[in-house]
Amino acid sequence: MSPLDLLVAAPLAFMVAALVAGQGGRWLILAAGPVMLALSAWLVVLPPGVAHLVGDWDLPLGILLRADGVARLLVPATSACFVAVALYAWHEFSPKAGAETARAHTFWPMLYLMWGGSNAGYLTTDLFNLYVTIEMVSLAAVAMAAMGSLAAGLQYFLIALVGSLAYLLGVALLASHYDTVDATLLAVRARPDLPTLMAITVMTAGLLVKTALFPLHGWLPPAHAAAPAPASALLSAVVIKLGFVILLRLWFEAFAEIIRPAAMDLLGGMGALAILYGSVQAIRQERLKLLVAYSTVAQLGYLFLAFPLIANAQNPAEPWAAVLVHAVSHMLAKAAMFLAAGLMLKAVAGDRISDLAGLARAMPLSVTAFALAAISLAGLPPSGGFTAKFLLLHAAIEQGRVVPAAVLVIGGLLGAVYLFRPLSVAFSGSAAPAVRAEAPLRVAAPLALASLAIALGFAGMTLIELSSVAAPPAVAGPVQAEPGR
Amino acid sequence: MTVPAVLGHLFPLTGAVLVGLGLCGFITLRHPLRQLLAVNVIGAGIFLILGGLGRGEGVTDPYPQALVITGIVVSVALTALGTAMIARLSEDRRAAGSGPDQPKDQDP
Repeated sequence: MSPLDLLVAAPLAFMVAALVAGQGGRWLILAAGPVMLALSAWLVVLPPGVAHLVGDWDLPLGILLRADGVARLLVPATSACFVAVALYAWHEFSPKAGAETARAHTFWPMLYLMWGGSNAGYLTTDLFNLYVTIEMVSLAAVAMAAMGSLAAGLQYFLIALVGSLAYLLGVALLASHYDTVDATLLAVRARPDLPTLMAITVMTAGLLVKTALFPLHGWLPPAHAAAPAPASALLSAVVIKLGFVILLRLWFEAFAEIIRPAAMDLLGGMGALAILYGSVQAIRQERLKLLVAYSTVAQLGYLFLAFPLIANAQNPAEPWAAVLVHAVSHMLAKAAMFLAAGLMLKAVAGDRISDLAGLARAMPLSVTAFALAAISLAGLPPSGGFTAKFLLLHAAIEQGRVVPAAVLVIGGLLGAVYLFRPLSVAFSGSAAPAVRAEAPLRVAAPLALASLAIALGFAGMTLIELSSVAAPPAVAGPVQAEPGR
Repeated sequence: MTVPAVLGHLFPLTGAVLVGLGLCGFITLRHPLRQLLAVNVIGAGIFLILGGLGRGEGVTDPYPQALVITGIVVSVALTALGTAMIARLSEDRRAAGSGPDQPKDQDP
Protein backbone atom coordinates (compact mmCIF):
# COMPACT_ATOMS: atom_id res chain seq x y z
CA MET A 1 0.00 0.00 0.00
CA SER A 2 1.20 3.49 -0.71
CA PRO A 3 -0.31 6.85 0.21
CA LEU A 4 -0.82 7.48 -3.51
CA ASP A 5 -3.44 4.71 -3.69
CA LEU A 6 -4.95 5.47 -0.35
CA LEU A 7 -5.47 9.17 -1.07
CA VAL A 8 -7.86 8.12 -3.83
CA ALA A 9 -9.27 4.95 -2.32
CA ALA A 10 -9.97 6.24 1.20
CA PRO A 11 -12.39 9.06 0.21
CA LEU A 12 -14.24 6.67 -2.09
CA ALA A 13 -14.53 4.17 0.76
CA PHE A 14 -15.86 6.97 2.98
CA MET A 15 -18.31 7.87 0.21
CA VAL A 16 -19.75 4.36 0.22
CA ALA A 17 -19.79 4.36 4.02
CA ALA A 18 -21.63 7.71 4.02
CA LEU A 19 -24.22 6.32 1.61
CA VAL A 20 -24.74 3.28 3.81
CA ALA A 21 -24.80 5.31 7.01
CA GLY A 22 -27.53 7.61 5.66
CA GLN A 23 -28.54 9.96 8.46
CA GLY A 24 -25.36 9.32 10.42
CA GLY A 25 -23.16 10.13 7.41
CA ARG A 26 -21.82 13.29 8.97
CA TRP A 27 -20.13 11.39 11.81
CA LEU A 28 -17.71 9.84 9.33
CA ILE A 29 -15.74 13.06 9.06
CA LEU A 30 -14.40 12.37 12.55
CA ALA A 31 -12.58 9.39 11.04
CA ALA A 32 -12.06 10.77 7.54
CA GLY A 33 -10.53 14.08 8.65
CA PRO A 34 -7.56 12.67 10.63
CA VAL A 35 -7.00 9.85 8.12
CA MET A 36 -6.88 12.16 5.11
CA LEU A 37 -4.75 14.80 6.82
CA ALA A 38 -2.28 12.09 7.87
CA LEU A 39 -2.17 10.67 4.33
CA SER A 40 -1.59 14.18 2.92
CA ALA A 41 1.25 14.76 5.37
CA TRP A 42 2.73 11.40 4.38
CA LEU A 43 2.55 12.43 0.72
CA VAL A 44 4.46 15.65 1.41
CA VAL A 45 7.36 13.87 3.11
CA LEU A 46 7.68 11.04 0.58
CA PRO A 47 11.11 10.89 -1.07
CA PRO A 48 11.15 12.69 -4.44
CA GLY A 49 10.36 10.64 -7.52
CA VAL A 50 7.94 8.27 -5.84
CA ALA A 51 5.50 6.84 -8.36
CA HIS A 52 3.06 4.00 -8.32
CA LEU A 53 1.51 1.97 -11.13
CA VAL A 54 -2.06 1.06 -10.26
CA GLY A 55 -2.52 -2.72 -10.29
CA ASP A 56 1.09 -3.12 -11.50
CA TRP A 57 0.06 -2.62 -15.12
CA ASP A 58 2.98 -1.13 -17.03
CA LEU A 59 2.73 2.00 -19.17
CA PRO A 60 1.35 2.69 -21.75
CA LEU A 61 -1.69 0.74 -20.56
CA GLY A 62 -1.34 1.24 -16.84
CA ILE A 63 -2.23 4.27 -14.81
CA LEU A 64 0.63 6.12 -13.17
CA LEU A 65 0.15 7.93 -9.87
CA ARG A 66 3.04 10.06 -8.71
CA ALA A 67 3.91 12.56 -6.03
CA ASP A 68 5.19 15.60 -7.91
CA GLY A 69 5.32 19.19 -6.70
CA VAL A 70 1.80 19.97 -7.91
CA ALA A 71 0.33 17.08 -5.92
CA ARG A 72 2.46 17.78 -2.84
CA LEU A 73 1.10 21.34 -2.65
CA LEU A 74 -2.50 20.85 -3.76
CA VAL A 75 -3.41 17.59 -2.02
CA PRO A 76 -2.74 18.89 1.53
CA ALA A 77 -4.46 22.20 0.76
CA THR A 78 -7.47 20.35 -0.62
CA SER A 79 -7.61 18.13 2.47
CA ALA A 80 -7.46 21.17 4.74
CA CYS A 81 -10.33 22.75 2.77
CA PHE A 82 -12.48 19.64 2.93
CA VAL A 83 -11.94 19.13 6.66
CA ALA A 84 -12.74 22.76 7.45
CA VAL A 85 -15.79 22.80 5.18
CA ALA A 86 -17.01 19.56 6.75
CA LEU A 87 -16.68 21.04 10.25
CA TYR A 88 -18.71 24.02 9.08
CA ALA A 89 -21.28 21.85 7.31
CA TRP A 90 -21.61 19.57 10.35
CA HIS A 91 -24.46 21.67 11.67
CA GLU A 92 -25.91 22.87 8.37
CA PHE A 93 -26.27 19.39 6.89
CA SER A 94 -27.43 17.55 9.97
CA PRO A 95 -30.75 15.66 9.94
CA LYS A 96 -32.09 17.81 12.80
CA ALA A 97 -31.75 21.09 10.98
CA GLY A 98 -35.31 21.16 9.71
CA ALA A 99 -37.10 19.96 6.60
CA GLU A 100 -33.94 19.68 4.54
CA THR A 101 -33.16 16.08 5.49
CA ALA A 102 -32.64 15.03 1.87
CA ARG A 103 -29.75 17.47 1.64
CA ALA A 104 -28.24 16.08 4.81
CA HIS A 105 -28.29 12.68 3.15
CA THR A 106 -26.77 13.74 -0.15
CA PHE A 107 -24.21 16.32 0.90
CA TRP A 108 -21.82 13.94 2.65
CA PRO A 109 -21.39 11.27 -0.06
CA MET A 110 -20.93 14.12 -2.58
CA LEU A 111 -18.23 15.65 -0.40
CA TYR A 112 -16.25 12.40 -0.38
CA LEU A 113 -16.78 11.82 -4.11
CA MET A 114 -15.37 15.26 -4.84
CA TRP A 115 -12.48 14.63 -2.44
CA GLY A 116 -11.49 11.35 -4.07
CA GLY A 117 -11.91 12.75 -7.57
CA SER A 118 -9.78 15.81 -6.98
CA ASN A 119 -7.03 13.80 -5.27
CA ALA A 120 -6.97 11.37 -8.21
CA GLY A 121 -6.79 14.35 -10.56
CA TYR A 122 -3.74 15.82 -8.82
CA LEU A 123 -1.89 12.50 -8.70
CA THR A 124 -2.47 10.87 -12.07
CA THR A 125 -0.71 11.51 -15.36
CA ASP A 126 -3.10 9.50 -17.52
CA LEU A 127 -5.18 11.90 -19.63
CA PHE A 128 -8.15 9.54 -19.91
CA ASN A 129 -8.10 8.89 -16.20
CA LEU A 130 -8.13 12.67 -15.78
CA TYR A 131 -11.32 12.76 -17.86
CA VAL A 132 -12.93 10.33 -15.43
CA THR A 133 -11.76 12.41 -12.45
CA ILE A 134 -13.11 15.69 -13.84
CA GLU A 135 -16.45 13.98 -14.42
CA MET A 136 -16.46 12.63 -10.86
CA VAL A 137 -15.76 16.09 -9.51
CA SER A 138 -18.29 17.72 -11.87
CA LEU A 139 -20.98 15.27 -10.83
CA ALA A 140 -20.50 16.13 -7.18
CA ALA A 141 -20.14 19.84 -7.98
CA VAL A 142 -23.35 19.96 -10.01
CA ALA A 143 -25.29 18.19 -7.29
CA MET A 144 -23.94 20.69 -4.72
CA ALA A 145 -24.68 23.70 -6.95
CA ALA A 146 -28.22 22.39 -7.49
CA MET A 147 -28.81 22.51 -3.71
CA GLY A 148 -28.95 26.30 -4.02
CA SER A 149 -30.56 26.91 -7.39
CA LEU A 150 -31.66 24.07 -9.63
CA ALA A 151 -31.68 26.32 -12.70
CA ALA A 152 -28.12 27.56 -12.11
CA GLY A 153 -27.02 23.99 -11.39
CA LEU A 154 -28.54 22.74 -14.62
CA GLN A 155 -26.87 25.47 -16.65
CA TYR A 156 -23.56 24.63 -15.00
CA PHE A 157 -24.14 20.93 -15.67
CA LEU A 158 -24.76 21.34 -19.42
CA ILE A 159 -21.82 23.66 -19.93
CA ALA A 160 -19.50 21.45 -17.89
CA LEU A 161 -20.68 18.44 -19.89
CA VAL A 162 -19.79 20.05 -23.22
CA GLY A 163 -16.44 21.14 -21.77
CA SER A 164 -15.54 17.64 -20.69
CA LEU A 165 -16.69 16.15 -24.00
CA ALA A 166 -14.40 18.55 -25.85
CA TYR A 167 -11.61 17.31 -23.61
CA LEU A 168 -12.61 13.70 -24.31
CA LEU A 169 -12.51 14.36 -28.07
CA GLY A 170 -8.90 15.48 -27.68
CA VAL A 171 -8.09 12.38 -25.65
CA ALA A 172 -9.66 10.22 -28.38
CA LEU A 173 -7.49 11.85 -31.05
CA LEU A 174 -4.35 11.38 -28.95
CA ALA A 175 -5.20 7.78 -28.08
CA SER A 176 -5.54 6.77 -31.71
CA HIS A 177 -2.53 8.83 -32.83
CA TYR A 178 0.02 7.83 -30.20
CA ASP A 179 -1.48 4.66 -28.69
CA THR A 180 -1.06 6.14 -25.24
CA VAL A 181 -2.63 8.92 -23.24
CA ASP A 182 -0.04 9.10 -20.49
CA ALA A 183 1.38 12.61 -20.13
CA THR A 184 4.90 11.40 -19.34
CA LEU A 185 5.02 9.22 -22.49
CA LEU A 186 3.41 11.91 -24.66
CA ALA A 187 6.15 14.30 -23.57
CA VAL A 188 8.61 12.02 -25.38
CA ARG A 189 6.47 10.98 -28.35
CA ALA A 190 4.54 14.13 -29.24
CA ARG A 191 5.10 15.64 -32.69
CA PRO A 192 3.79 19.02 -33.86
CA ASP A 193 1.41 17.62 -36.50
CA LEU A 194 -2.22 18.43 -37.28
CA PRO A 195 -3.99 15.77 -35.12
CA THR A 196 -1.87 16.71 -32.10
CA LEU A 197 -2.53 20.43 -32.50
CA MET A 198 -6.25 19.77 -32.97
CA ALA A 199 -6.26 17.62 -29.86
CA ILE A 200 -4.47 20.28 -27.78
CA THR A 201 -6.89 22.95 -29.03
CA VAL A 202 -10.12 21.12 -28.21
CA MET A 203 -8.78 19.86 -24.87
CA THR A 204 -7.66 23.34 -23.85
CA ALA A 205 -10.98 24.88 -24.92
CA GLY A 206 -12.94 22.29 -22.95
CA LEU A 207 -10.82 22.76 -19.84
CA LEU A 208 -11.00 26.56 -20.05
CA VAL A 209 -14.80 26.28 -20.01
CA LYS A 210 -14.61 24.13 -16.88
CA THR A 211 -12.07 26.44 -15.26
CA ALA A 212 -14.25 29.46 -16.16
CA LEU A 213 -11.49 31.61 -17.63
CA PHE A 214 -12.82 34.90 -19.05
CA PRO A 215 -14.71 35.02 -21.49
CA LEU A 216 -15.97 31.49 -20.70
CA HIS A 217 -16.87 32.35 -17.09
CA GLY A 218 -20.60 33.07 -17.56
CA TRP A 219 -21.86 30.04 -15.66
CA LEU A 220 -19.67 30.56 -12.58
CA PRO A 221 -21.11 33.53 -10.64
CA PRO A 222 -24.77 32.36 -10.57
CA ALA A 223 -23.84 28.75 -9.71
CA HIS A 224 -21.29 29.64 -7.03
CA ALA A 225 -23.32 32.43 -5.47
CA ALA A 226 -26.60 30.49 -5.21
CA ALA A 227 -25.22 27.33 -3.58
CA PRO A 228 -25.23 26.89 0.23
CA ALA A 229 -22.05 28.30 1.83
CA PRO A 230 -20.12 25.02 2.27
CA ALA A 231 -20.92 24.02 -1.32
CA SER A 232 -19.88 27.46 -2.64
CA ALA A 233 -16.62 27.14 -0.76
CA LEU A 234 -15.84 23.77 -2.35
CA LEU A 235 -16.94 24.89 -5.83
CA SER A 236 -14.81 28.01 -5.82
CA ALA A 237 -11.82 26.59 -3.97
CA VAL A 238 -11.42 23.04 -5.23
CA VAL A 239 -13.50 22.25 -8.32
CA ILE A 240 -12.13 24.84 -10.72
CA LYS A 241 -8.53 24.04 -9.71
CA LEU A 242 -8.74 20.60 -11.26
CA GLY A 243 -9.18 21.91 -14.81
CA PHE A 244 -6.26 24.24 -14.19
CA VAL A 245 -4.02 21.39 -12.99
CA ILE A 246 -4.83 19.36 -16.12
CA LEU A 247 -3.94 22.39 -18.25
CA LEU A 248 -0.59 22.62 -16.43
CA ARG A 249 0.01 18.93 -17.22
CA LEU A 250 -0.83 19.47 -20.89
CA TRP A 251 0.98 22.73 -21.52
CA PHE A 252 4.12 22.29 -19.47
CA GLU A 253 4.59 18.54 -19.44
CA ALA A 254 2.97 16.54 -22.26
CA PHE A 255 3.25 19.18 -25.00
CA ALA A 256 5.85 21.57 -23.62
CA GLU A 257 7.98 21.15 -26.76
CA ILE A 258 5.13 21.75 -29.18
CA ILE A 259 3.22 24.73 -27.87
CA ARG A 260 4.17 27.99 -29.51
CA PRO A 261 4.84 31.24 -27.59
CA ALA A 262 1.88 32.91 -29.34
CA ALA A 263 -0.50 30.38 -27.75
CA MET A 264 1.05 31.05 -24.34
CA ASP A 265 0.56 34.79 -24.89
CA LEU A 266 -3.07 34.23 -25.89
CA LEU A 267 -3.76 32.36 -22.66
CA GLY A 268 -1.87 35.01 -20.68
CA GLY A 269 -3.92 37.74 -22.35
CA MET A 270 -7.18 35.99 -21.46
CA GLY A 271 -5.88 35.77 -17.89
CA ALA A 272 -5.12 39.50 -17.83
CA LEU A 273 -8.62 40.32 -19.13
CA ALA A 274 -10.12 37.97 -16.55
CA ILE A 275 -8.33 39.85 -13.74
CA LEU A 276 -9.58 43.25 -14.94
CA TYR A 277 -13.12 42.15 -15.86
CA GLY A 278 -13.66 40.02 -12.76
CA SER A 279 -12.39 42.77 -10.46
CA VAL A 280 -14.55 45.47 -12.06
CA GLN A 281 -17.62 43.21 -11.89
CA ALA A 282 -16.84 42.39 -8.25
CA ILE A 283 -16.70 46.11 -7.45
CA ARG A 284 -20.15 46.58 -9.01
CA GLN A 285 -21.93 43.79 -7.11
CA GLU A 286 -24.48 44.59 -4.43
CA ARG A 287 -24.75 41.02 -3.11
CA LEU A 288 -21.92 39.65 -1.01
CA LYS A 289 -21.76 36.13 -2.45
CA LEU A 290 -21.78 37.42 -6.03
CA LEU A 291 -18.87 39.71 -5.10
CA VAL A 292 -16.93 36.72 -3.79
CA ALA A 293 -17.84 34.69 -6.90
CA TYR A 294 -16.63 37.43 -9.28
CA SER A 295 -13.48 37.64 -7.20
CA THR A 296 -12.93 33.97 -8.15
CA VAL A 297 -13.20 34.94 -11.84
CA ALA A 298 -10.54 37.59 -11.25
CA GLN A 299 -8.22 35.40 -9.18
CA LEU A 300 -8.32 32.64 -11.80
CA GLY A 301 -6.87 35.17 -14.21
CA TYR A 302 -3.59 35.23 -12.25
CA LEU A 303 -3.18 31.49 -12.77
CA PHE A 304 -3.25 31.97 -16.54
CA LEU A 305 -1.41 35.29 -16.63
CA ALA A 306 1.52 33.23 -15.36
CA PHE A 307 1.61 30.87 -18.36
CA PRO A 308 3.71 33.07 -20.68
CA LEU A 309 5.81 34.19 -17.71
CA ILE A 310 6.73 30.55 -16.98
CA ALA A 311 7.39 29.76 -20.64
CA ASN A 312 9.72 32.70 -21.20
CA ALA A 313 11.50 32.80 -17.86
CA GLN A 314 15.24 32.38 -17.44
CA ASN A 315 14.51 30.42 -14.30
CA PRO A 316 11.03 28.97 -14.83
CA ALA A 317 11.06 27.34 -11.39
CA GLU A 318 10.21 30.72 -9.84
CA PRO A 319 6.98 31.62 -11.71
CA TRP A 320 6.06 27.90 -11.62
CA ALA A 321 6.26 28.03 -7.83
CA ALA A 322 4.33 31.31 -7.89
CA VAL A 323 1.42 29.87 -9.82
CA LEU A 324 1.16 26.85 -7.52
CA VAL A 325 1.40 28.98 -4.38
CA HIS A 326 -1.32 31.19 -5.83
CA ALA A 327 -3.53 28.16 -6.47
CA VAL A 328 -3.03 26.94 -2.91
CA SER A 329 -3.52 30.28 -1.20
CA HIS A 330 -6.57 31.09 -3.32
CA MET A 331 -7.99 27.70 -2.39
CA LEU A 332 -7.61 28.34 1.35
CA ALA A 333 -8.58 32.01 1.31
CA LYS A 334 -11.58 31.62 -0.98
CA ALA A 335 -13.00 28.71 1.01
CA ALA A 336 -12.53 30.78 4.20
CA MET A 337 -14.20 33.79 2.60
CA PHE A 338 -17.27 31.87 1.40
CA LEU A 339 -17.67 30.23 4.82
CA ALA A 340 -17.30 33.54 6.65
CA ALA A 341 -19.73 35.18 4.22
CA GLY A 342 -22.16 32.33 4.81
CA LEU A 343 -22.02 32.86 8.58
CA MET A 344 -22.51 36.61 8.30
CA LEU A 345 -25.37 36.43 5.79
CA LYS A 346 -27.17 33.76 7.77
CA ALA A 347 -26.92 35.90 10.91
CA VAL A 348 -28.39 39.01 9.30
CA ALA A 349 -30.85 37.02 7.11
CA GLY A 350 -30.01 39.03 4.01
CA ASP A 351 -27.68 38.75 1.06
CA ARG A 352 -26.71 42.35 0.36
CA ILE A 353 -23.47 44.01 1.37
CA SER A 354 -25.47 46.82 2.99
CA ASP A 355 -27.05 44.27 5.35
CA LEU A 356 -23.67 43.79 7.03
CA ALA A 357 -23.69 47.22 8.70
CA GLY A 358 -22.19 47.13 12.18
CA LEU A 359 -21.58 43.41 12.06
CA ALA A 360 -17.94 43.73 13.18
CA ARG A 361 -19.22 44.35 16.71
CA ALA A 362 -21.72 41.51 16.75
CA MET A 363 -19.62 38.86 14.98
CA PRO A 364 -15.97 39.83 15.49
CA LEU A 365 -14.56 36.38 14.68
CA SER A 366 -16.41 35.94 11.39
CA VAL A 367 -15.45 39.42 10.24
CA THR A 368 -11.84 38.70 11.25
CA ALA A 369 -11.84 35.51 9.16
CA PHE A 370 -13.25 37.45 6.22
CA ALA A 371 -10.61 40.15 6.64
CA LEU A 372 -7.72 37.67 6.87
CA ALA A 373 -8.94 35.92 3.71
CA ALA A 374 -9.24 39.33 2.02
CA ILE A 375 -5.61 40.14 2.91
CA SER A 376 -4.41 37.02 1.10
CA LEU A 377 -6.74 37.48 -1.87
CA ALA A 378 -5.75 41.11 -2.37
CA GLY A 379 -2.09 40.10 -2.17
CA LEU A 380 -1.12 42.16 0.87
CA PRO A 381 1.89 40.98 2.88
CA PRO A 382 2.34 38.71 4.73
CA SER A 383 0.25 36.07 3.01
CA GLY A 384 0.40 33.29 0.45
CA GLY A 385 -1.29 35.58 -2.05
CA PHE A 386 1.44 38.18 -1.58
CA THR A 387 4.24 35.63 -2.07
CA ALA A 388 2.65 34.40 -5.31
CA LYS A 389 1.97 37.85 -6.74
CA PHE A 390 5.41 39.10 -5.73
CA LEU A 391 7.12 36.20 -7.52
CA LEU A 392 4.96 36.77 -10.62
CA LEU A 393 5.70 40.50 -10.61
CA HIS A 394 9.40 39.75 -10.20
CA ALA A 395 9.30 37.40 -13.21
CA ALA A 396 7.38 39.94 -15.32
CA ILE A 397 9.84 42.74 -14.54
CA GLU A 398 12.84 40.47 -15.10
CA GLN A 399 11.52 39.65 -18.58
CA GLY A 400 10.76 43.30 -19.31
CA ARG A 401 7.07 42.57 -19.83
CA VAL A 402 5.23 45.76 -19.03
CA VAL A 403 1.64 44.62 -19.60
CA PRO A 404 1.59 41.66 -17.20
CA ALA A 405 3.41 43.74 -14.59
CA ALA A 406 0.86 46.55 -14.94
CA VAL A 407 -2.05 44.10 -14.77
CA LEU A 408 -0.59 42.57 -11.61
CA VAL A 409 -0.36 45.96 -9.93
CA ILE A 410 -3.78 47.20 -11.11
CA GLY A 411 -5.39 43.86 -10.25
CA GLY A 412 -4.00 44.12 -6.72
CA LEU A 413 -5.44 47.63 -6.34
CA LEU A 414 -8.84 46.63 -7.70
CA GLY A 415 -8.81 43.58 -5.43
CA ALA A 416 -8.21 45.81 -2.42
CA VAL A 417 -11.12 48.03 -3.54
CA TYR A 418 -13.73 45.28 -3.85
CA LEU A 419 -12.62 43.41 -0.74
CA PHE A 420 -12.44 46.56 1.38
CA ARG A 421 -16.06 47.52 0.66
CA PRO A 422 -17.84 44.74 2.62
CA LEU A 423 -15.34 45.20 5.46
CA SER A 424 -15.89 48.94 5.66
CA VAL A 425 -19.66 48.35 5.80
CA ALA A 426 -19.18 45.77 8.56
CA PHE A 427 -17.12 48.23 10.61
CA SER A 428 -19.50 51.14 10.03
CA GLY A 429 -22.57 52.02 12.06
CA SER A 430 -22.75 52.76 15.75
CA ALA A 431 -25.22 50.11 16.89
CA ALA A 432 -24.42 46.42 16.65
CA PRO A 433 -27.31 44.49 15.08
CA ALA A 434 -28.93 41.91 17.32
CA VAL A 435 -27.75 38.54 16.00
CA ARG A 436 -27.27 35.18 17.59
CA ALA A 437 -23.87 34.53 19.13
CA GLU A 438 -21.29 32.86 16.90
CA ALA A 439 -21.01 29.11 17.33
CA PRO A 440 -17.31 28.52 18.10
CA LEU A 441 -16.99 25.35 16.01
CA ARG A 442 -18.41 26.97 12.90
CA VAL A 443 -16.30 30.12 13.14
CA ALA A 444 -13.21 27.99 13.71
CA ALA A 445 -13.41 26.60 10.15
CA PRO A 446 -13.07 29.89 8.21
CA LEU A 447 -10.64 31.28 10.80
CA ALA A 448 -8.35 28.26 10.49
CA LEU A 449 -8.39 28.35 6.68
CA ALA A 450 -7.76 32.09 6.52
CA SER A 451 -4.93 31.80 9.05
CA LEU A 452 -3.37 29.04 6.95
CA ALA A 453 -3.52 31.31 3.88
CA ILE A 454 -1.72 34.01 5.89
CA ALA A 455 0.78 31.50 7.30
CA LEU A 456 1.77 30.47 3.77
CA GLY A 457 3.35 33.91 3.51
CA PHE A 458 5.97 32.83 6.07
CA ALA A 459 6.76 29.53 4.36
CA GLY A 460 7.85 30.89 0.97
CA MET A 461 11.11 28.95 0.63
CA THR A 462 9.56 25.63 1.71
CA LEU A 463 6.76 26.06 -0.82
CA ILE A 464 9.18 26.86 -3.64
CA GLU A 465 11.22 23.76 -2.84
CA LEU A 466 8.09 21.59 -2.67
CA SER A 467 6.81 22.91 -5.99
CA SER A 468 10.02 21.89 -7.77
CA VAL A 469 9.83 18.24 -6.69
CA ALA A 470 9.75 16.07 -9.83
CA ALA A 471 8.85 19.15 -11.89
CA PRO A 472 8.63 18.57 -15.66
CA PRO A 473 11.83 19.53 -17.55
CA ALA A 474 10.17 22.58 -19.09
CA VAL A 475 9.85 24.26 -15.72
CA ALA A 476 12.84 22.89 -13.84
CA GLY A 477 15.05 25.90 -13.29
CA PRO A 478 18.82 25.88 -13.74
CA VAL A 479 19.11 26.78 -10.06
CA GLN A 480 16.62 25.03 -7.81
CA ALA A 481 16.73 27.55 -5.00
CA GLU A 482 18.81 30.69 -4.73
CA PRO A 483 20.55 30.65 -1.36
CA GLY A 484 20.76 34.45 -1.16
CA ARG A 485 17.00 35.02 -0.98
CA MET B 1 -14.41 -8.60 -40.29
CA THR B 2 -12.68 -6.89 -43.19
CA VAL B 3 -13.85 -3.64 -44.66
CA PRO B 4 -12.60 -2.17 -47.97
CA ALA B 5 -9.82 0.36 -47.48
CA VAL B 6 -11.97 3.12 -48.97
CA LEU B 7 -14.33 2.79 -46.04
CA GLY B 8 -11.45 2.94 -43.51
CA HIS B 9 -12.34 6.42 -42.44
CA LEU B 10 -16.07 5.97 -42.57
CA PHE B 11 -16.54 5.60 -38.80
CA PRO B 12 -14.36 8.55 -37.72
CA LEU B 13 -15.90 10.80 -40.38
CA THR B 14 -19.43 9.84 -39.32
CA GLY B 15 -18.36 10.53 -35.77
CA ALA B 16 -17.10 13.98 -36.76
CA VAL B 17 -20.44 14.74 -38.44
CA LEU B 18 -22.27 13.67 -35.28
CA VAL B 19 -20.07 15.91 -33.12
CA GLY B 20 -20.82 18.84 -35.42
CA LEU B 21 -24.56 18.15 -35.43
CA GLY B 22 -24.65 17.79 -31.66
CA LEU B 23 -22.71 21.01 -31.09
CA CYS B 24 -25.02 22.83 -33.49
CA GLY B 25 -28.02 21.49 -31.61
CA PHE B 26 -26.55 22.43 -28.23
CA ILE B 27 -26.06 26.02 -29.34
CA THR B 28 -29.37 26.55 -31.16
CA LEU B 29 -31.81 24.63 -28.92
CA ARG B 30 -33.12 26.26 -25.75
CA HIS B 31 -34.94 23.49 -23.91
CA PRO B 32 -32.56 21.79 -21.45
CA LEU B 33 -33.80 18.31 -22.38
CA ARG B 34 -33.01 18.93 -26.04
CA GLN B 35 -29.63 20.34 -25.07
CA LEU B 36 -28.94 17.21 -23.04
CA LEU B 37 -29.85 15.03 -26.03
CA ALA B 38 -27.59 17.16 -28.24
CA VAL B 39 -24.76 16.55 -25.77
CA ASN B 40 -25.45 12.83 -26.05
CA VAL B 41 -25.15 13.08 -29.84
CA ILE B 42 -21.74 14.73 -29.37
CA GLY B 43 -20.76 11.91 -27.03
CA ALA B 44 -21.87 9.26 -29.52
CA GLY B 45 -19.78 10.96 -32.20
CA ILE B 46 -16.70 10.99 -29.99
CA PHE B 47 -17.09 7.32 -29.13
CA LEU B 48 -17.43 6.51 -32.84
CA ILE B 49 -14.24 8.44 -33.60
CA LEU B 50 -12.39 6.73 -30.78
CA GLY B 51 -13.59 3.24 -31.69
CA GLY B 52 -13.27 3.77 -35.44
CA LEU B 53 -9.69 5.01 -35.35
CA GLY B 54 -8.66 1.97 -33.32
CA ARG B 55 -9.87 -0.44 -36.01
CA GLY B 56 -6.89 -1.99 -37.79
CA GLU B 57 -6.33 -4.40 -40.68
CA GLY B 58 -8.40 -7.41 -39.70
CA VAL B 59 -7.46 -7.02 -36.06
CA THR B 60 -9.03 -4.59 -33.63
CA ASP B 61 -7.07 -2.66 -31.02
CA PRO B 62 -8.71 -3.34 -27.64
CA TYR B 63 -7.28 -0.20 -26.02
CA PRO B 64 -9.67 2.38 -27.58
CA GLN B 65 -12.54 -0.02 -26.94
CA ALA B 66 -11.76 -0.10 -23.24
CA LEU B 67 -11.74 3.70 -23.24
CA VAL B 68 -15.07 3.82 -25.11
CA ILE B 69 -16.71 1.48 -22.60
CA THR B 70 -15.54 3.61 -19.68
CA GLY B 71 -16.69 6.72 -21.51
CA ILE B 72 -20.15 5.25 -22.10
CA VAL B 73 -20.51 4.42 -18.40
CA VAL B 74 -19.62 7.99 -17.44
CA SER B 75 -21.98 9.37 -20.08
CA VAL B 76 -24.91 7.22 -18.91
CA ALA B 77 -24.40 8.30 -15.30
CA LEU B 78 -24.28 11.97 -16.23
CA THR B 79 -27.30 11.73 -18.52
CA ALA B 80 -29.27 10.16 -15.69
CA LEU B 81 -28.28 13.01 -13.36
CA GLY B 82 -29.18 15.57 -16.03
CA THR B 83 -32.62 14.13 -16.75
CA ALA B 84 -33.33 13.88 -13.02
CA MET B 85 -32.46 17.56 -12.59
CA ILE B 86 -34.57 18.59 -15.59
CA ALA B 87 -37.54 16.57 -14.30
CA ARG B 88 -37.21 18.11 -10.83
CA LEU B 89 -36.95 21.62 -12.25
CA SER B 90 -40.06 21.09 -14.34
CA GLU B 91 -41.97 19.71 -11.31
CA ASP B 92 -40.90 22.69 -9.24
CA ARG B 93 -42.05 25.13 -11.89
CA ARG B 94 -45.35 23.36 -12.34
CA ALA B 95 -45.87 23.36 -8.57
CA ALA B 96 -45.15 27.07 -8.52
CA GLY B 97 -47.88 27.43 -11.17
CA SER B 98 -45.88 29.70 -13.42
CA GLY B 99 -47.51 28.74 -16.72
CA PRO B 100 -45.33 26.85 -19.22
CA ASP B 101 -42.64 24.93 -17.39
CA GLN B 102 -39.82 25.80 -19.76
CA PRO B 103 -38.86 28.59 -22.11
CA LYS B 104 -40.38 28.11 -25.55
CA ASP B 105 -38.56 26.12 -28.18
CA GLN B 106 -37.68 27.58 -31.49
CA ASP B 107 -39.26 24.85 -33.59
CA PRO B 108 -42.97 25.00 -34.26
